[in-house]
This record gives sequence, structure tokens and C-alpha cells, in this order.
Amino acid sequence: MRTYAGHSNARESNALYRKNIEKGQTGLSVAFDLPTQTGYDPDDELSRGEVGKVGVSIAHKGDMHTLLDGIPLNEMNTSMTINATAAWLLALYMTVAEENGVERSELQGTTQNDIIKEFLSRGTYAFPPAPSMRLIADMIAFTVDEVPKWNPINICSYHLQEAGATPVQEIAYSLSTAQAVLDQVRDRVDEETFPRVFGRISFFVNAGIRFIEEHAKLRAMSELWRDLGRDRYGVEDERYLRFRYGVQVNSLGLTESQPENNVIRIVLEALAVTLGRNARARAIQLPAWNEALGLPRPWDQQWSLRIQQILALETDLLEYPDIFEGSKVMDGLVAELVESAREEMGVVAEHGGAVEAVDYMKTQLVESHRERVGRIERGELTVVGQNAYTAAEPSPLERGEDGGILTVDPGIEREQIEALVAWREERDGDAVRGALGEVRAAAEDESINVMPATLAAARAGATTGEWAGTLREVFGEYRAPTGVDSAASAPDDEALAEVREKVERVSEALGRRIKILVGKPGLDGHSNGAEQIALRARDAGMDVVYEGIRLTPSRIAATAVQEGVHVVGLSILSGSHRELIPQVLGELREVGADVPVVVGGIIPPADAGWLLEAGVARVYTPKDFELTKSIGDIVDLVAEHHGAAAAA
Amino acid sequence: MSSRPAELGRRLREGDRGAAPAALNAIEDRSPAGRERARELLHEVAPAALGGEASGHLVGITGPPGAGKSSLLSALVARWRELGRTVAVLAVDPSSRRSGGALLGDRARIEHDPRDHGVLIRSTAAGSRLGGLAPPTREAVQALAPAYDLVVVETVGVGQSETDVEEVCDTVAVTVQPASGDTLQFLKAGIMEVPDVLVVTKADLGDVAMRARRDLATALRSLGAREVPVVSVSSIPPPTGIDDLVGALDAHRAHLDLPAARLRARRLAALSEFATERGEQGLRSLGGRRAAIELLEAQDASLEVPALVAALERQASESR
Repeated sequence: MRTYAGHSNARESNALYRKNIEKGQTGLSVAFDLPTQTGYDPDDELSRGEVGKVGVSIAHKGDMHTLLDGIPLNEMNTSMTINATAAWLLALYMTVAEENGVERSELQGTTQNDIIKEFLSRGTYAFPPAPSMRLIADMIAFTVDEVPKWNPINICSYHLQEAGATPVQEIAYSLSTAQAVLDQVRDRVDEETFPRVFGRISFFVNAGIRFIEEHAKLRAMSELWRDLGRDRYGVEDERYLRFRYGVQVNSLGLTESQPENNVIRIVLEALAVTLGRNARARAIQLPAWNEALGLPRPWDQQWSLRIQQILALETDLLEYPDIFEGSKVMDGLVAELVESAREEMGVVAEHGGAVEAVDYMKTQLVESHRERVGRIERGELTVVGQNAYTAAEPSPLERGEDGGILTVDPGIEREQIEALVAWREERDGDAVRGALGEVRAAAEDESINVMPATLAAARAGATTGEWAGTLREVFGEYRAPTGVDSAASAPDDEALAEVREKVERVSEALGRRIKILVGKPGLDGHSNGAEQIALRARDAGMDVVYEGIRLTPSRIAATAVQEGVHVVGLSILSGSHRELIPQVLGELREVGADVPVVVGGIIPPADAGWLLEAGVARVYTPKDFELTKSIGDIVDLVAEHHGAAAAA
Repeated sequence: MSSRPAELGRRLREGDRGAAPAALNAIEDRSPAGRERARELLHEVAPAALGGEASGHLVGITGPPGAGKSSLLSALVARWRELGRTVAVLAVDPSSRRSGGALLGDRARIEHDPRDHGVLIRSTAAGSRLGGLAPPTREAVQALAPAYDLVVVETVGVGQSETDVEEVCDTVAVTVQPASGDTLQFLKAGIMEVPDVLVVTKADLGDVAMRARRDLATALRSLGAREVPVVSVSSIPPPTGIDDLVGALDAHRAHLDLPAARLRARRLAALSEFATERGEQGLRSLGGRRAAIELLEAQDASLEVPALVAALERQASESR
């Protein structure tokens, strides 16, 4: 039992972990900030506004020492939500253990390390697909003997569902990813070791509100996993064939309106992954009820922990063997999912496997998500409190002094940068340069495992940005496909037709078609919302410039000018809007762009007012789930701003 | 800084690239008043005002979707910048036929420093024009040509759609994806005109890319176009073949009779503008396409496109 936690700097997170351990938590789940996840130092231009935001900032082994201070690493099971830079963070973790006299063979835990889903959904990648896969393979080959109790990879279907995946897509794409990883590792370990490698692969799945079907999904995954092990890889040992998974239940379905309803959703979703013993999760993480509002506070997380404790210790859930054994309904559901997932896995295979099929899968996910969003908008999919039963009493939970969410002290960023500068001065610069040279040499030669050189660089005191920067020089920069270029249009409805006519009228009056820039400033990779807005704007007849994620404010401003857009729409979910949005506004002013800016994302009400005062024209939050309506609103804004109000 | 159209045109003529975005906004304005402003602007960058043809090299890069055009362009732009050349890219994306809107995503794949004023990337939607160029693209090229060393028009297409690009650009490069036979077939069948440069992308694929290159060379020989260079490039790091491509594009331009080529381009542009406005019937009233071209060739070489269109209009109404 654990909750996903970590914020600000290592010192504060350490205090939080110690408190959680006291409350009965049996493991650590470390959340890193976006610069750490994407391999940038706190003083990098791209890190501005993001340091310590969605997790803890770890720039070097000193930070890792502080983070783990006083925590017994030989007893802890530590889960690190880290992907592109997983090899680096594991090296830092190992270095701290080593310097505290803990044997690496005793270390237990998991690095998430699933890069495919970063390209498809979460966006915290650092390198192109092929070298990313190679890093993963290196890590697996290294840990299987050196850190045998470590789960080097946790294949995530979780984020696929967040990106819109149907159960079939969730199963098929995650298993295809596992297959791509295993194929790659197969060349790097000897034959006797391989079944152990197979046994070390674990999964991180999602559980949505349709909890019966979700349970069936997990049973289907177990079945397919076993088959994959036996048929493709010749694994015989039952121990290694077990489908091992951890769970974070669905965040996508959590609402901003009437947020207390989310508690009920979370409990039901927890049932999906615990009801039947044959497909029960090994580890559960629950989101906080107020995730759609902002960063959860410790109290919100405690609530999530209590749900798990009540389920496990008060109910009779754990007292019976599998309660679905022999159920016709369940077996039927499972069989259906298995068959459809096999088919979809075949399609991925035809594309050449998961790595080659990133474009294809991304487009499929964008389309599924569009479908889901559309059904909620049209009222075909009921979301209580959002598109049905919306009249409600005001929630006392949101009325606390802090507005019901956690805010991170913006001073943290400056503090981290100062500490980093001091760190760079104090360490042995020559040793670091030498160690990074070795990292480069290993990266350039595929036959060398990068882990030993990475460990040496960690010991020498290199920084996260230096390690990743060295690899970027060798592997190149990369921008993942956005999936929107080839996504099909939404089915027409009356509301859309109306907005489309308005777009035509206003475009006519402006002399050229309304052009919108949809941008994601900062390192936040959650692009699902931006993608849906981009698609809907196109379907409403606008010309849409969409450059994907990770844009600096200066790039957004330059694009707005060069493209001659009429309006800029910014999407941001990492909680960095107070830093990043004013920067974008400033850059736009500097380059002389006279365009209105609208912002969408997880923006607490107090911040929304603040942004409007700072010069933002409109703020949209998850409450504004009717995309077409928002697009129509943006058209009005464009008309008004550019002197064509009469046409709207 | 004035944004009056004539002023924007003068600034571009003098190489002030800061005027480019506003100039493009003016050119894209299709309202009657906007058309008039665009005309004023373009008048300032016409050969008469420049004292000759604009110096920028107009390069078309076209090819089927997924052939790696954007990644190639990314590597090319980086190389050109290293060589100190300024670059404007006009990326043309197809429009949705249903909504009229378009997703313009190409610029995402062209890595560049946003603070570098030597690079301009402008995305445009092709509009209702099937597989061809956005209507204002030709004018955009004309406006940017005095201010940038290179003006690149990137379009999606295979088959006949590159004809439009050819009318606008000095040099047309067609990208070919290894193991996809479309371009080869179209070339052999004469559906597609032989481009100035053929680029086989994804050279990192090894044998398949080599074979594609060989097949194209063979096809070119049989078409009697053995002088057309076939360049292999790989855009994934470290990029390869980019220098060869830069060289091939430069060489083509060096051998080009520029005034003749640009004159021909203006005449063809006038013809397609006329055809877009008046349709097949309009062309028939001129006695067909060939007669129309002859008529254009008889016009004074210094005439700008609007004047050439006007000449066609006059002829059409006389013969009615």
C-alpha cells in the first residue's frame, strides 16, 4: 500500500515519506518533477516554472541522498515513476545505497521505464524510440543479475486508458510494448537467464469505472501474458508466467464538478482490481479525490490510503478464493476481450511491432478519446455531476483556506538552482567530464551496456541534465507524433454545424480563415486535451497549428507571429500556469503579436481570476467539457478582438 | 514600423525579414480589399522594382505522405543555417473537405531555434485546391524571394500534383520512400514529370534504400534523364547525405537560365489563375491551353502576373 508522492525538493519529500511510513505505508512511490523526468537540470530554459511542481527535483546524487535520508533502503520497496531517465535515477538510487553500505542485491523496487507509452500518452520522453528501447534493454540486462530483486520495467497500460484507449486497445498496445521490449532484451542475455527476465516484467494497469469489464480485462491480460510467454518465448516455469501488475485507478473519469463524487468512483475502481483473486493486483495506488482540481494535499492522500486499508482489513474481500471462477458472464467477457486484443496485436505486428507502430497507435488513441469526449458531450455517456444531475449543494471540502489543494512554493525553483550551482562548483569537474565521456562512448557503441558508465557518472557527481544531454548529443532530439494529423473528423452534429457556419462568416470578414495556435508550454506532456481541442477546432473549420508538447514560451511567441494566427490556445496540466502563462504573454508582447490568449487545463478558480487579470482572455477547466461550445466561444473572441464582431 | 502593404513590400525588397509575417498575412487575405493590398505589396517586389529577378533560390520539396519530407527539411534547414543562408519554409497541408479546416503540423518536425530570425516557417492549408498549392502560395514565394536566400515550398503529393510546385519553384526535389514503388511507377508511366532532383529518404534502412536508388537511376536512364541526380539521405542522427542534397540543389540552380525560368513560371501562374477563375470554358474561349500559352508568350516579358491575367481576360472577352 502506498500513495504516489513527492514534491518540491528532496528535503520536503523526505519528510513526507517518513510521515507516510509512520502512518503504515509499506513502500515508497516517488514522483519526480518534469525536468528530472525529461532529463533537464533545474536551470535549463525548458525547466522554468516546472521545478518541484509535479514531484521532487533530483539533479544529482546529493539530492538523492537527501531524499532517502533515514529510510532503510534494504527494507524499502521503492517504486519510481521514471521512464526516459530511468537508467540515471536507478544509478543514483544504487549509488546512495552503495554509499550507505547497502548491497545492491538487497534493493527492491520498480522503475517504470515504459517509453512507448510516453510517446503515446504521457510525453516525458527524452530520446528517439530506437535508442530509448536500447536503454531499457541495457537496464534489464544489467539488473537481472546485479539487482535481481528490482523490477526494471513496469509496462503501463494505465496511461493508454488515460489517453482514451478502449479495454481492447489497452490490452493490445501494452502487451505489444512488452513484446517489443522482450524481443530486444533477448539478444542481450543468455538463454538460461531469459525466463527470469520474462518473470521480472511487471505491468501498471488502469481500472476505470466500468468495473466488471475492467476486471475481465485483467483476467484477459493474465491469459494473454501466459500465452505470450509460452508460445513466443518458450517460458515454462509457472512462477515466471504469472501476470504481475500494480494498479493506479482511473484519473480520466474524475471530475472537477462535485469532486467528492470521485471518492465513490475510486472505491468502485479499486474493486475492479481486487474482486477476483485470480487477477488481483499486487500493489494498488489510488488517486486523490481532488486531482482534477490541482495537486492533492497530504490529507487527500491519506484518504486514498484509508480506502485501501478498509478494503483489505475491514471487508471480507480477501477471505475467499476467486469468486468469478465458473462464471459464464465473466468467462464470456474475457474470451471476447482476448480475441479482439489478439486481433489488434496482429495489426500492431503488421506495422512492424510497437516501436514502428507508435504513429498508428497514437492515431487510434486520439480517435478513441475523441469518441469518448464526444459521447460525454452529447450525453450518451453519463458522468454524474458533470453532464447529468449537475444541480448540487456547494462542497464544504473546497472551502478550506487553501482552496482544497496544495500549492508549491515558487521559491523552490530558485533554491534548487542555487543548490545546483553550488554542487557544480564543489565537485571534481575533471572526474565528471571523464565519466560523461565514458557515457558517450558507451552510447555510441551498441555492444556496450550503458549502465556501468552511468553508475560511474552518478558516483562522480554528474547532473541529470548532463547525463541526458550527453545522450541527446549521441541519439538526437525527438518530437513524438501528435496523432492529430491523420485522425478522422468528428461526426457532425447541430452544435458543430452552427459553430462551423460562424467560423465561415468570421473568416470571410477577416479575409482569411481563422487560424489558431494550440500550444503546450513547459515540460508537461499530457497532451490529450490539447489534441482534442486541435481536432475539434479543425472540425469546426479553423486552420490549426499544433506543434505538440514541450514548447518554450519564446517558441510559442515566434510561432504565433510567423504563422500569423488570430488566437493562441495554451493547455497546461502540471500546475505551472502561474509561471509559464505570464512568460508566454510577455514573449508575445515582446515580439509585437497582438493576439488574444486562452488557457485550458487544471486551473484552480483563484488562479483563473489571477490569469484573467494577467491578460489571458479566457480560462477553460475540466468543467468546460463541451468542446464545441468552447470553440464557439473562441470564435466570438477572435471576431471581437480582430474587429469582426458583427460577423459572429 | 508601418504595415501598409507597399511599405511591407519595400521592406522585403530591402531584405528586412521582420516584415515577412505581416506581408504573408496581407497576401493571404482573400477579400477584395485584401486582394488590392496584396497587389500593392507584390508590385514592390516585382522584377521591375527589384531591377531583375529576386535572388532567393525557390525550392520545391514534394513527395507522398510519410516519405520523411519534414525530417529531411529539418536537417536541410539546420545545414543551410550552418552555411549562413537564410531560409523561409512554406509548408502546405491538405484541408479537410468536410469542414474546410486543416491541421498544420509540419512545423513541429522542423527543429529550429525560435530566436533565429534567419528561419521563417509558415504553414498554409491547401484549401479546396486538390493536391496542389494553396492559392496565395505563389504570391508568398514571390514576396519572400528578395528577403531570404532560400524559399522552400513543401507539399504533399505524388503524381501530377507537383506540377503546381514546378510552376512556382526554380528547383523541384521529389522525395521517395524506399520500398514504396509509387514514384517509380509514376515516373516510368510518365504520369509524373521528371523532377530536378530525386531524394531517397531513410538511407539508414540500408539495402532497401540502396535498391530504391538503383531502381530510380535505371528508370531515369530509360527515360533519357540520366543527368537527374538521385541523392540518398538519412535524417536520423547523425544525418547523412544532406551535403550532397544541398550540392545537387545548388548545382541545378547554377545551370538554370533564371530569367527564362521565372518568366515561364509567371506565365504559367497567370494561366492557372485564369483557369481557376474561369474554368474549362474560359480556357476554351481562348482556343485551348496551348493557344493561351502562345498568347502569354507574346506578351512583354516585364509584365507581372496580374497584367498577364488581364491580357488573357481581354482576349477571352474579345472572342466571345
